[in-house]
Amino acid sequence: MPIYSESFAAAFHLLASSDNDLMEILALSLNVSLASLALSCLIGLPLGAILAIRQFPMRDFLVGVFNAMMGLPPVVVGLLVYLHLSRSGPFGWLGLLYTPEAMVIAQMILITPIIVALSCQVLEDLHEDYKDFFDSLVVPRRTALLAYIIDARYSLLTVILAGFGRAVSEVGAVIIVGGNIDHLTRVMTTAIALETSKGELALALALGFILLAISLAVNFLVQWLKASAKRRAYV
Amino acid sequence: MPISVQSITLTLNDRRLIDDLSCTIKSAGISIIMGPNGAGKSLFMRCLHGLAIPDSGAILYADKPLNPSIRKQQSLVFQTPTILRRTVLANLLFVARQRGIDDPAISGEYLRQLRLDHLAHHPARLLSGGEKQRLALARALITKPTLLFLDEATSNLDPASIETIEINLQSVSKRGTKIILVTHDVGQAKRLADDVLFLHHGKLIEHSKAATFFKNPKSAAARAYLAGKLVL
Amino acid sequence: MQTLGLIAISTIFAASSAMADMSILVQSTTSTKNSGLYDYLLPMIKSDTGITVNVVAVGTGAAIKNAMNCDGDVLLVHSRQREDKFVADGYARRRYDIMYNDFVIIGPAADPAGIAGSKNIASAMAKIATSKSIFASRGDDSGTHGKEKSLWKVANIDQTAGSGDWYRETGSGMGATLNAAVGMGAYSLSDRASWSAHGNKGDFKIMVEGDDQLFNLYGAMLVSAKKCPTVKSKEGQAFIDWLISKKGQSAIATFRLNGKQLFFPNAD
Repeated sequence: MPIYSESFAAAFHLLASSDNDLMEILALSLNVSLASLALSCLIGLPLGAILAIRQFPMRDFLVGVFNAMMGLPPVVVGLLVYLHLSRSGPFGWLGLLYTPEAMVIAQMILITPIIVALSCQVLEDLHEDYKDFFDSLVVPRRTALLAYIIDARYSLLTVILAGFGRAVSEVGAVIIVGGNIDHLTRVMTTAIALETSKGELALALALGFILLAISLAVNFLVQWLKASAKRRAYV
Repeated sequence: MPISVQSITLTLNDRRLIDDLSCTIKSAGISIIMGPNGAGKSLFMRCLHGLAIPDSGAILYADKPLNPSIRKQQSLVFQTPTILRRTVLANLLFVARQRGIDDPAISGEYLRQLRLDHLAHHPARLLSGGEKQRLALARALITKPTLLFLDEATSNLDPASIETIEINLQSVSKRGTKIILVTHDVGQAKRLADDVLFLHHGKLIEHSKAATFFKNPKSAAARAYLAGKLVL
Repeated sequence: MQTLGLIAISTIFAASSAMADMSILVQSTTSTKNSGLYDYLLPMIKSDTGITVNVVAVGTGAAIKNAMNCDGDVLLVHSRQREDKFVADGYARRRYDIMYNDFVIIGPAADPAGIAGSKNIASAMAKIATSKSIFASRGDDSGTHGKEKSLWKVANIDQTAGSGDWYRETGSGMGATLNAAVGMGAYSLSDRASWSAHGNKGDFKIMVEGDDQLFNLYGAMLVSAKKCPTVKSKEGQAFIDWLISKKGQSAIATFRLNGKQLFFPNAD
């Protein structure tokens, strides 16, 4: 299909000329995704760790809820966030609708369950391995929690990567709460949706290639980190 | 401090794993727990250390029930040691820090003592079985425990590793650390034991001085076990 | 991780504080946005009035609902009846004529319904229905969708009887519907601007144009501060005033896509 070569050329041209609009959109994409990822990790990693190592009545139910929430459709999240942030909604007074913050909130809701559920799984395995030793040593719970996160850091990196992947590639939620406003809330995915709707399929695909390139770059970086960790063999 | 075990019982899934077990263990020397597989040796040791809680009965350390400050004076070396995903030295440092020992030189000293100093910066999970077990012992010893438990810690090890571990056990025992050890190795038991507790079906069948136990066991079960004939 | 989060958060807040008070939010339709009209007008408005205009482009139905939720300062859409209702319900004080263009029926070169070159929209619609040629409808409660439904009525056709068969409602915006039409060889109704700007035309052509029924009128309304106290009335009115000013009207008239005029100013 000739559209591939056309799109590759367009993608290359956009990048080579470091097109201003593209750079702005790219920067916002990364900013929004990284901010939501950072906030999700601040909430999700400790929560995942607590679910992994503590037993309490609602624990299994909560794990089930977070597992289910990994599959939340982005449009539903977008709609819920829209309804809450709308001027006529309960948080309308914050004036956040159609801002990057609204997009961060929506993406946080999307990726926090991923961070919680996957980190819980990773840390549960480690806990199974460490718990008798830590119990025997009388390690305080807080120290144990930290040790789990430190010793599982390379597995957790993969978890975080999964969250980033979801955030940066998601369009359904951010287009509703961000509004795809030029120079304000337009990100890579909403730009792709826009170009597709304008019938500029080659340009849309070119943007898709660029998004893919970013994903590949981030993944290779993590692969490399893990490989060097293996060389030092913190396995 | 002497340990007084007062008729403890532990049942799991309708199986009575420890059955009305009472004994007094002196505060010095090396006590060895023996018995066929499934006799409840490891579980009994876990009860002594507080990793398992008996359904009934009591375990008193110098007339006091087990509490965190008593547990902190104890160390347990597991049959399959848990190795932190860190270097050998970092494994030791983590344990040392739990007991407020911050000087890395002390950790280095223990590594030398267990012939691990050349591996200090190696990832601990890539050590051989014998090296891992020596690391586990180093981690146990650095806390300077008054009571050291070992749960079949030398099974599957080569003679050199076993010797290193036994030499260390004898030397810490001489310096006043109480050692309680589970083993199937009759030779090891003969080399180390001051007294022997023989368990069978969760019951304490016999508790006697080592010399008596190996020369002239009182119970038929212990005689059969030593002759290699006792099956569960 | 924490530092990264803080950096990211502060960047975000810096980005949003840059959009200070001199900005307004316009709820508008995809047709005006996809054609590039706003890209042409907004820089002029910014330099003349200092106001940054942020445009959310959705269907007319969604735009009106968003505005009724107070999520917008100005509404700029093309569905006369619903605009009048918006004003009558008190959501705006009045409606301003801004511009017009027209709708067209587009279709594949093969023209299975045989309507190419027709000037009579009612008979063309009837031919599409009787030949059961595929027709791609917006089906999204937009202004274009409303116009299309009224055209079926004029042609005296119950198009919903063919729903899922020859009558296919995409439930999407104009661009997506055009992509769908081109993809399945269907006829569709589009505003002229969207069709002209659409990049993925295949062998499709304009089949029907020029009927008076196809007139497409755009109106602007300032959302009432009585209904929505957060509305930036001053800046919103300034935006509308600019559009209906001599300068704004001539700017709309000079906007060209592929050398063609797409919007015709008609403010009083």
